[in-house]
Amino acid sequence: MNKEHKQPLQSSLRVQELLYGLRIIEVMTKKVFAVTRNCNMRDVQAIMKNNSISGMPVVDNKRVVGIVTMNDLMNALEQGGMEDSVIKWMAGEVQTLAEDMPLSFAISAFGKFPFRQFPVVNKKNELTGILTFRNINHALIRELSRQLREMEQQSEQPVDRASLNFSKVYQLNRYDFENGGKASSRIKSFLKERGVPPKTVRRVAVASYELEINLVAHSIGGMLGFDINENRVKISSHDRGPGIGNVENAMTEGFSTANEWIRSQGFGAGMGLPNVKRVSDEFAIESAVGMGTMVQAIIYLKPEKQNESQ
Amino acid sequence: MKVSDLASMDQFICMQNEYEDREITAGYTSDLLSDVMGNAEEGSVLITIQAHKNTVAVSSLAGIAAIIICNNRPLPEDMLAASADEGIAVFQTSENQFNTSALIAQHLGGCSAV
Repeated sequence: MNKEHKQPLQSSLRVQELLYGLRIIEVMTKKVFAVTRNCNMRDVQAIMKNNSISGMPVVDNKRVVGIVTMNDLMNALEQGGMEDSVIKWMAGEVQTLAEDMPLSFAISAFGKFPFRQFPVVNKKNELTGILTFRNINHALIRELSRQLREMEQQSEQPVDRASLNFSKVYQLNRYDFENGGKASSRIKSFLKERGVPPKTVRRVAVASYELEINLVAHSIGGMLGFDINENRVKISSHDRGPGIGNVENAMTEGFSTANEWIRSQGFGAGMGLPNVKRVSDEFAIESAVGMGTMVQAIIYLKPEKQNESQ
Repeated sequence: MKVSDLASMDQFICMQNEYEDREITAGYTSDLLSDVMGNAEEGSVLITIQAHKNTVAVSSLAGIAAIIICNNRPLPEDMLAASADEGIAVFQTSENQFNTSALIAQHLGGCSAV
């Protein structure tokens, strides 16, 4: 890869990174129009027309039971079904999104399903919002302009060679054990050169290497981001799937889904994620099958804040 | 003991001699890289049959001083190249991990489990 290609890749990754930082709840439309099972298609038409919307969830006691769109409305109109109950024309199989998922999961969902909007539900499975691509575009533009402003402010300040401020995103591909580990080595040298104590450097190296290997061994591809300042190292790992079915299992030492080939590379002992958690001062993991996994590990650089057990 | 002391022992053949001659303060025996990563002490000599480039990457990150490959396992070229880049010595031995560990423990003046 030559240098000219690196810069645009870096910025497109920045967009992806951003998508992981945002939650669906921060982006979705919270004022939702919905109809109940008792409504007929005429009601649906009136609500859609008056509010210029192209689809609505159908709810039963706040639970989403279907979705009715402009398409269904046109079909009903064509076949003289405007007095029919909405149940007859709606799509009954609805894919919903959880409001606390990262926005990137929603983007995977838009790619995977043909729907143009997704009802969003809370932990109790109650409808709390609706998410369209428009919401995502708005959020992205807002966030990118904010970042641009920040970058402009930063560029006015001189660069300090000994400074710990650093952020970079590395792309990792499936089964690319050849390159898995490179990011960790670079970060290790970066911290070492700046006089960070060896014990702390090692904790960062452990967390970042395990996450890197996880991306290579278990995901279909993803990225590893580093965000460093004088107080802490934040490592975030994001992948595009397949997602972890049971996060509790994945966090259990000795549990592994690694295949023989991965094991032949010296990995798959089922210690990866537990190792990351052990060396981190803050640790969070989130995963959804079919959408991806995101892990965030933070290691403090200021000794008074560090994990006592280390 | 130092890394160069291993080189002078009959049981070990030095396969890659571009290394930093560090002090060896402990030993760790394992074939699972995550285990090495998580548990090996800094300054350890790693005793393993995992003759792979990734072993070097993990060793470098975990601060391993030298690697001993047991049972005369063949060493891939890319592993040796990687260890030269990282400045970590790699030795080969016909002994198994148990005997090698015992031998190293003896030279280190016992092991902490005793």
